[in-house]
Amino acid sequence: MNESKIAQLHKGLVNKEFSCMELTEKYIEAINKDNEALNAYVTVTPETAVETARKVDEKIAGGKEIGLLEGIPMTLKDNISTNGIRTTCCSKILEDYTPIYDATVWDILKKQNAILLGKTNMDEFAMGSSCENSYFGGAKNPHDLGHVAGGSSCGVASAVGGNIAVYGLGSDTGGSIRQPASFCGIVGMKPTYGAVSRFGLIAYASSLDQIGPITTSVEDTAIVFDAIAQYDKMDSTSQGRKGAPVCDSLKNDIKGMKIGIAKEYFEGIRDDVRKSVEDAIKVYQTLGAEIVYFDLPSLKYALPVYYIIACAEASSNLGRYDGIRYGYKAVDYKDVNDMVKKTRSTGFGEEVKRRILLGTYVLSSGYYDAYYKKAQNLRGKIVQDFRNVFESCDVILAPTVPMTAFENGHAVSDPVETYQTDICTVPVNICGLPAVSVPCGFDSDGLPIGMQLIGNSFEEARILNAAWQYENAADKYKAAGFGVKY
Amino acid sequence: MKYELVAGFETHVELATNTKIFCSCTTEFGGEPNTHCCPICIGLPGTLPKLNKKVVEYAIRAGLATNCEIAEISKMDRKNYCYPDLPKAYQISQYDKPLCEHGYIQLSNGRKIRILRIHIEEDAGKLVHRRGDTLVDYNRGGVPLIEIVTEPDFRSVDEAKEYVEKLQLIMRYIGVSDCRMQEGSMRCDVNISVRPEGSEKLGTRTEIKNMNSITFIAKAMEYEYGRQVDLIESGEKVVQETLRYDDVTNTTSSMRGKEDANDYRYFRDPDLVTINVPREKVEQIKEELPELPEEKKNRYIDELGLPEADASLLTKYRKIAEYYEKASEGTKNPKTAANFIIGQIFRSVETESEKEEFNVSVSAENLNELIILLDSGKIRMNLAKSTLDKMLETGKKASELIDESDMGGLDENTLLDLCKQAVENNPKAVSDYLGGKEKAVKAMVGFVMKNSRGKADAALAEQKIIDMIKNT
Repeated sequence: MNESKIAQLHKGLVNKEFSCMELTEKYIEAINKDNEALNAYVTVTPETAVETARKVDEKIAGGKEIGLLEGIPMTLKDNISTNGIRTTCCSKILEDYTPIYDATVWDILKKQNAILLGKTNMDEFAMGSSCENSYFGGAKNPHDLGHVAGGSSCGVASAVGGNIAVYGLGSDTGGSIRQPASFCGIVGMKPTYGAVSRFGLIAYASSLDQIGPITTSVEDTAIVFDAIAQYDKMDSTSQGRKGAPVCDSLKNDIKGMKIGIAKEYFEGIRDDVRKSVEDAIKVYQTLGAEIVYFDLPSLKYALPVYYIIACAEASSNLGRYDGIRYGYKAVDYKDVNDMVKKTRSTGFGEEVKRRILLGTYVLSSGYYDAYYKKAQNLRGKIVQDFRNVFESCDVILAPTVPMTAFENGHAVSDPVETYQTDICTVPVNICGLPAVSVPCGFDSDGLPIGMQLIGNSFEEARILNAAWQYENAADKYKAAGFGVKY
Repeated sequence: MKYELVAGFETHVELATNTKIFCSCTTEFGGEPNTHCCPICIGLPGTLPKLNKKVVEYAIRAGLATNCEIAEISKMDRKNYCYPDLPKAYQISQYDKPLCEHGYIQLSNGRKIRILRIHIEEDAGKLVHRRGDTLVDYNRGGVPLIEIVTEPDFRSVDEAKEYVEKLQLIMRYIGVSDCRMQEGSMRCDVNISVRPEGSEKLGTRTEIKNMNSITFIAKAMEYEYGRQVDLIESGEKVVQETLRYDDVTNTTSSMRGKEDANDYRYFRDPDLVTINVPREKVEQIKEELPELPEEKKNRYIDELGLPEADASLLTKYRKIAEYYEKASEGTKNPKTAANFIIGQIFRSVETESEKEEFNVSVSAENLNELIILLDSGKIRMNLAKSTLDKMLETGKKASELIDESDMGGLDENTLLDLCKQAVENNPKAVSDYLGGKEKAVKAMVGFVMKNSRGKADAALAEQKIIDMIKNT
């Protein structure tokens, strides 16, 4: 059984088995030792970590009660704005950009005395599946350094999987939390669109982006989600968590829970991955869940719909990086237009430029109807199809990724082939639904396999309940040992 | 051949909300560069807009005051273009679902200028050119605007002038904008084409951008009309283009041609939710709308019996109308307050903004007090007039300036006494009068008025003096 690391460490702090300073320093040491190989962190913040640890220790020494996340070392993906700490999106264009305000999620955690160890690696502007689009080079998979940690929240997954952070927050636009969690053999959840504030998350595609936790256990994901899922008046699309804390129902019995299986999710999936997920279905049957089979024909449109909408929004969201107010500015230029052109041409990486061009194209007059408008219409259809499915089942079980972690350098060669590996993760972003990826086995090379549980809007409690029961029952996953252990 | 002018207007009006459209920064004009800014209105990465409800309310007010239909469901879109004064590289505006549609403004010649739409959007910052450098000031960025778009319904420059004045007046009245063209809180783009008189087909149009005075609008339109007519007469063609007007040379010149037109790649802003406007809200705003200038003017003429010229002057600024209404409250004749205001108080306000503010030293209450005194017969008109002048000078109340003893009419004995003195002291006037010069009595009446400090009833005094002369 995979216990909650956060709860264990919390107990250790409260019982004074170790001080927060000791815990923090252990993690800083681990980063010093392992980060060079993992390349998970792009910025480390030991000073603020130590300073916060001191505060927490004083509180404990003073006999005050501390919160569950208080004093727990963690990390943030480098697209979550941190006041006074550079936030680069792993792009040359923001290499030296330091925000002057905090993202709402960080504001929440900071107030709870979370120990920020540093900011972690990602594909540039969260565009990619292998981390190889990072300006700082890719983060490596803690299970095998010859493989990638996934993308785009590769740094968080690499750090949490490699135990150089207890947990982290990533962002998921088309699978960027779940895919690296799956590749690194850990848990990652994309919450319902609107459950977690996006304020301060540097936008890739605003209608799809959502911040969520990456942890080593389902319970930790539940704990972090309960903390960050709050209504935020700064984000018009924010609604916060609906209903009771998800931790309350985490360990409930799932007898009679209807778990849906759509065959479309299993098409083009590597055999060993499919087998692992099918084994999980058997685990659920032994737990008393009812398996429901259904069709999801519109799933085949999900990938093109995703890439059209995401690129369209990105082309607009990334227009602001012009070198005028902040960030990188080209040096040799004739006039302001030339400056903007050169700044953007040399400041953005290839994949980002490709998506900006794609997005600009699909929104251009003459092409808008054929691409963007059509994609929006199809989005509506996919949303409707999922809505129908949830009339007859409680959660959907599917593979997270059709394969296991790519070898280093593999993803860069053919972008379209790489886009296709997002097939299982993008539908929930299109529909705004919550989904959690949990480990469900290893391939013959010892690389982790993940599966995802998808829920109806604002039903995080249900998917986490199902995920916890599986994790608890399966007992076949053991985190490979990297970095420090407590 | 005679040519007809055809024009349409796109007018940007800055809304007078306290805070910006998507953040809580002040909208105040001026201020040190980049001090009315925050991460949101300078579009720092990760920030999100939050729609100011007041902006929607003000736009609905503007829509209702111009006879528009208010959309129940509306949304915000992104207009993408790259310019240094636009920090997000897109302007949040409204594309295909504007808040207000299908309104009109009626002109004095009876013609209706149809309003196609009114939508809300954010203003951009400002470029400042200095010693070869270009600097950007984002204070104005995110200030709420409404854009009022008319159909091409204008047929003369005079109609255009009247429209702009009317629009300005309405917006000020309903309190949504100060519409100060010189400060840029109201700016007009004009689309112009010409066609042979009698023709139904629209000619090729040009657009003159960003004009900030009614005089310039009129001059630019006249110039552009002439230029287009000349082109056609000489067998050339009008090219569709965007023009800028130069007020020094009084000419227009090309900013960009049709082929350089931006492709704005409009799409719905995913950061903002649908704007739902419940019908009850529209009804409530409608009820709270003040009497509009046109209605007010007509009421002044029809119900209060003011001459049209006076009614126009008093309704041209909302504050003046409010002042007039307060000053005339409970008085016998609505014309009295109007005459005092136009004849005397107007002398103390000269500029547009002074008239707009109408911060005069005599409060409406104090003027009202003076008129009541006059109405009650306690003071006479000439005393009232001179007192008002003193009130304007000192800011004091009439009751502070007029002696107790000056108030009230003269009792008969005092009047007779004064008349007697007048007759005794003016033997020449008496003999003149007796000699047939009837006008000579005026000098004696003047004596009475002077020595009663204006309190005497001149007509009565005249009668008494004539009686006295005849009876001696």
